[in-house]
Amino acid sequence: MIIGLAHYLAVAAILFTIGVFGIFVNRKNIIVILMSIELILLAVNINLVAFSAYLGNLTGQIFAMFVLTVAAAEAAVGLAILVTFFRNRGDIAVDDASMMKG
Amino acid sequence: MALQAIAFYLMAAVTVAAGFCVVSARNPVHSVLWLILAFFSAAGLFVLLGAEFLAMLLVVVYVGAVAVLFLFVVMMLDVDFASLRQGFARYMPLGLLIAAFLTAEMVLVATTVSSQGAAKDSLTPMASGEGSTLSNAEAIGRVLYTDYIYFFQAAGLVLLVAMIGAIVLTLRHKPGVKRQVIMDQVLRTPKTGMKLVNPKSGEGIEG
Repeated sequence: MIIGLAHYLAVAAILFTIGVFGIFVNRKNIIVILMSIELILLAVNINLVAFSAYLGNLTGQIFAMFVLTVAAAEAAVGLAILVTFFRNRGDIAVDDASMMKG
Repeated sequence: MALQAIAFYLMAAVTVAAGFCVVSARNPVHSVLWLILAFFSAAGLFVLLGAEFLAMLLVVVYVGAVAVLFLFVVMMLDVDFASLRQGFARYMPLGLLIAAFLTAEMVLVATTVSSQGAAKDSLTPMASGEGSTLSNAEAIGRVLYTDYIYFFQAAGLVLLVAMIGAIVLTLRHKPGVKRQVIMDQVLRTPKTGMKLVNPKSGEGIEG
């Protein structure tokens, strides 16, 4: 049984769907939402690397590296905002964070 | 070939299962641990594809840095996580609906693409580029530091800005904490730092 490109794309699609599902079911818990975003970006990376490997072109892997960079930066800034929010509110419930609307 | 298939199915199953546990775990600490497992097995998938460098990068950056960051934040914040899960059952149908739509769309696209024979020019992964004998890391280095050097620098800038942003957001100065103030130390002269007194004998000096 040969593992082809479609197999990797299927794994990535399932992981992406799980990530989106996680955002919707954990609407109150912003930490799990951030983790779901990481899962989505991981699915994107699997897609990029699979295409890169099967097309014999390195550009996909370079782009996956940049996605990794941006994901790390996003996680750091997101968690910093979360910590600041928790210090101000004493709570991290995001569904009543509408005080930021001004 | 059979061994490769077994390894693929094992790691794919672990990745998907761990991903599902991330979004459905009751305790966010468990979520983070499942996330680490998902990243590890995804790194295994990358190794199967021949992208060893990215696999190691994934382990170092995600497991070593991002997941630990998540773990720190989850453990540092004193939050009642049970109350955060209240809407779980209520949002479940909507989430399932959207997940079903997404899956249907992706299956549609995938079947269309594969019926047109796209991306079928190789059956085995070639992670170092077409017809290349270089190792994966070497091939990436040759491309990254030549063709993509500006993007590489821009990625560094993104990380720098994110680092400064995170520090500025979380830094806080408590009043009443004694700190070293370099400015005051440097500006100190003999005039301000020293006092000459001439006490009479038997009287002592007032502090």
